Amino acid sequence: MSAIILSAIWGVVMMFGGVFFKKTSTPKYWAIAGLIIILAANILEFSGRPLFNIDTKGMLGFENFGLHFNTIALFCTLIYFLLNGRDIEKVGKHVSEYFALIFFVLCGVAVASSYKSLLMLFLGIEIMSIPLYILTGSDKLNLKSNEASLKYFLMGAFSTGIMLMGITFLYGGNTFGSFNIDTIKLGLGSLPVMIAIGLVLLIVAMSFKVSAAPFHFWTPDVYDGAPTVFTSFMATVVKVAGFIAFIRLFQNALGLMQAQWQMLIVIITAATLIIGNLTAVFQQSVKRMLAYSSIAQAGFMLLSLFALNDTAKEGLILYSIAYSLASIGLFAILVRMKDYTIEGFNGLSKTQPVLAFTATIFLLSLTGIPLTAGFTAKFYMLVAALKNGHQFWLVILAVICAAISAYYYFKVIQAMYFKEPSADAHHQMDVPSSFKWLLIFTAAIIIILGIMPGLVIDWLYYLVQLASYHHQLSTMN
Amino acid sequence: MGTYITFPELLLWFPLVTGLIAFFIKEQKSVKAWALFSSLITLGISVVSLCYSDSTKYFSYNYVSYEWLKYIGSNFSVGLDGMGHMLTFLTALSFPIIFLATYKNDYKNANAFFGLMLLSQAGLIGVFVAIDALVFYFFWELALIPVYFLCSRWGGEKRIQATWKFFIYTFVSSLLMLVGIIYVYLQTQPAQFSEHSFSLIAFYNANISPGNQSWLFWLFFIAFAVKMPVFPFHTWQPDTYEQSPAPVTMVLSGIMVKMGVFAVIRWVLPIFPSAILKFDNIVIGLSIAGMLYASCIAMVQNDLKRLVAYSSIAHIGLMCAAIFTTNTTGMSGVMIQMLNHGINIIALWIVVDIIEKHTGIRKISELGGLAVHTPLLAIFFVVIALANIALPLTNAFIGEFAMFTGLYEYNAWYAALAGLSIILAAVYTLNMVQKVFYGEDNILTKVVSLVTVKQKIVLTVIVIFIFVLGVYPKPVFDLTKDTVTTILSHLRDPSSMGFK
Repeated sequence: MSAIILSAIWGVVMMFGGVFFKKTSTPKYWAIAGLIIILAANILEFSGRPLFNIDTKGMLGFENFGLHFNTIALFCTLIYFLLNGRDIEKVGKHVSEYFALIFFVLCGVAVASSYKSLLMLFLGIEIMSIPLYILTGSDKLNLKSNEASLKYFLMGAFSTGIMLMGITFLYGGNTFGSFNIDTIKLGLGSLPVMIAIGLVLLIVAMSFKVSAAPFHFWTPDVYDGAPTVFTSFMATVVKVAGFIAFIRLFQNALGLMQAQWQMLIVIITAATLIIGNLTAVFQQSVKRMLAYSSIAQAGFMLLSLFALNDTAKEGLILYSIAYSLASIGLFAILVRMKDYTIEGFNGLSKTQPVLAFTATIFLLSLTGIPLTAGFTAKFYMLVAALKNGHQFWLVILAVICAAISAYYYFKVIQAMYFKEPSADAHHQMDVPSSFKWLLIFTAAIIIILGIMPGLVIDWLYYLVQLASYHHQLSTMN
Repeated sequence: MGTYITFPELLLWFPLVTGLIAFFIKEQKSVKAWALFSSLITLGISVVSLCYSDSTKYFSYNYVSYEWLKYIGSNFSVGLDGMGHMLTFLTALSFPIIFLATYKNDYKNANAFFGLMLLSQAGLIGVFVAIDALVFYFFWELALIPVYFLCSRWGGEKRIQATWKFFIYTFVSSLLMLVGIIYVYLQTQPAQFSEHSFSLIAFYNANISPGNQSWLFWLFFIAFAVKMPVFPFHTWQPDTYEQSPAPVTMVLSGIMVKMGVFAVIRWVLPIFPSAILKFDNIVIGLSIAGMLYASCIAMVQNDLKRLVAYSSIAHIGLMCAAIFTTNTTGMSGVMIQMLNHGINIIALWIVVDIIEKHTGIRKISELGGLAVHTPLLAIFFVVIALANIALPLTNAFIGEFAMFTGLYEYNAWYAALAGLSIILAAVYTLNMVQKVFYGEDNILTKVVSLVTVKQKIVLTVIVIFIFVLGVYPKPVFDLTKDTVTTILSHLRDPSSMGFK
């Protein structure tokens, strides 16, 4: 609750603040301060001390899973602000509006991670998407940015329509006449036509939002066209929030009838893995490669939907932080490069050793090499998928795709370490030392989570443990 | 959890920490000294640990387990049995030898080079001491990453492609093994906090149907076969050995291939007993085919490095075949041969590296008459070459003899076929000695200067080693006897407890 309310308020504050801020660097500090407040409020709520007690009439529910994800999303956004604050200032004139829009997105993320009613799901996804349409087109004088924005908007509007239709069918089809995902609890054998249609429509719409194949076509163009700083945010926090919404819907409302829709998810997962990885191999631009790699990683995250057990949820939480941090770090480095092609990275280790080293850790994490968070995340996903017991080939496919991903991630590492830089390559790079330390900090988190994933996962059970602890105390008295 | 630090931990953390420190030592000279110092201390620890290798008396010195991923059933457990002691000793011994023998070589970014070398040592030791499947997998991959960077950065001309091939081979196969590990894990009994467990005992007692064993076996075996390498998974090896910088080639061929042999013994034999009975013929057949094939190619090689690489494939093939005979003689042979092959092949690489550094050529046809200019090197080389063809009195003889006996007990035809490779080995090794050290010398080979003192010391130590173990191999047999008996008894009767 705190995250929803505070980020909405702070978005408005930033919006109006734009009138009063004289210097372009002021909004950044306000944004960071606001984010820290929201993060703190969310952590308070997570530890059982909510700031607001509002009766949402069962429209929203604040559970461990959602709150935990909020913490991760807010934390990643904080890192993102700290790393990219100065680059956001450079996108255009309306600096504080960009920050305001990001706060609105965060509000949507918090709604999407806590909805109980399908209506709130719809609202959450929309609050998340609409600011993104604007952010994509924020580089107003750039034709590609405009094109990306329009494309994203048209496709997004279309998928929103499909989602609404899916929700309608689900509402009309269930015997309780309810929007609440806990009440609907479909399943138990029969599959009415209306529900089946609603289900397929929802899968299509959600797949679009998380850019799963075959609904991924917008992704490369939009990610490529949008200003790189905003691509970073879209490809990480927002995308993972989509997954959280996805898994909450399918586990709570449709979990019992998993047998009936599992095959659809299997096909989508396999297609996403294959298309994302194979296309990424052929990219020359690192930015576009990362766009396809985000599709490929989405394929891995889809395994959690396929598995739909506790390990899958743990894996998704771990994946969300591992993937987001690594991608945010990589994009932050990319923003500062003049040349986005892989050749542009040639010899980075000689001119900017810290950047090259941290980029290597991020890339290793995305590949899934042990000792990085990326490995533990992938490992949990594989355990979850194998626990599910069906479709063994999907796991093998996922593993082979992970091996393919090594090819394009390592191409960048090879460029950085084993190739010579061109004459005047990275001389004018603007790299303050605070930026370097932040990158090292981010890389350190990735390594620590690679060794002790429990640091993140165990929080999933925090509220449960807390409750049982209080229960014990009360019984003792 | 012990109150004092155990040997496996010491052996693991010491190179890891010193390796990380090495990254921050900027000066070439000091980082070299630091790396040598660190590796010598590790050797010291390993030698001391050998004195406490009796696991019945000193169990708590050699085993330790920390809580790690509690809810998924994986503990950070490390331990040393006889085989572990021997292989950690080999690793600990090899690194100072390698550092000393290549002390003259200078590197760009020496701090990164030596840092990565020490990290790879930590990774290798980690593989040998892990008694938890997930920890094992961690180190298995971690040993690969430093080597990948070492080869691609400091290697020869075609280093990037060659290393890439090596990396892809091993990465794909180990990912498939990871699937296998998780699958076996899901068949294990519940542990204290979790539904399943990754511990070695749980894996040994996992309830896997013979049908599942057959495909799981291949998921594991291929990962290890790539590392060894066994025919037909060997194609990365000659390229990588040729392109890697000399010290890395020594690590790769001396120790890294032992990872494969070791892993088959520890992680395949006891877990998939019925698959072993089903596929032993195929594996032995492949190994022997590989031996003969590699020996034949070695005979026509004109490149010193590639020749040694192929000869290594042949030797490893014999070890792999001997493992799958699953009899005590063969297995004991594998044990002692792992140690001896490691030492001998490193010695071969040292000599090859000296020749290449001084003359700048590796072509056997262009070399000749080196013995006239460096008689000492020639003597060393002849001894090492004789050890390479397993002449009696040299260390390799006893191991190869035991392995052939084991193979003979299993099936005389296999032994006969494999025996051909001894003859072939003699042909290509002696041919090489003759062409490189004897015969006409030419302008290029005249410039050979003297071998450095450090290299002399190292080669002397190795030659002493070759003879001592050739005459008195008993300590190694004694050391590894417990491993052989537990593994084999578990294989014959899966209900008996394997590892402690």
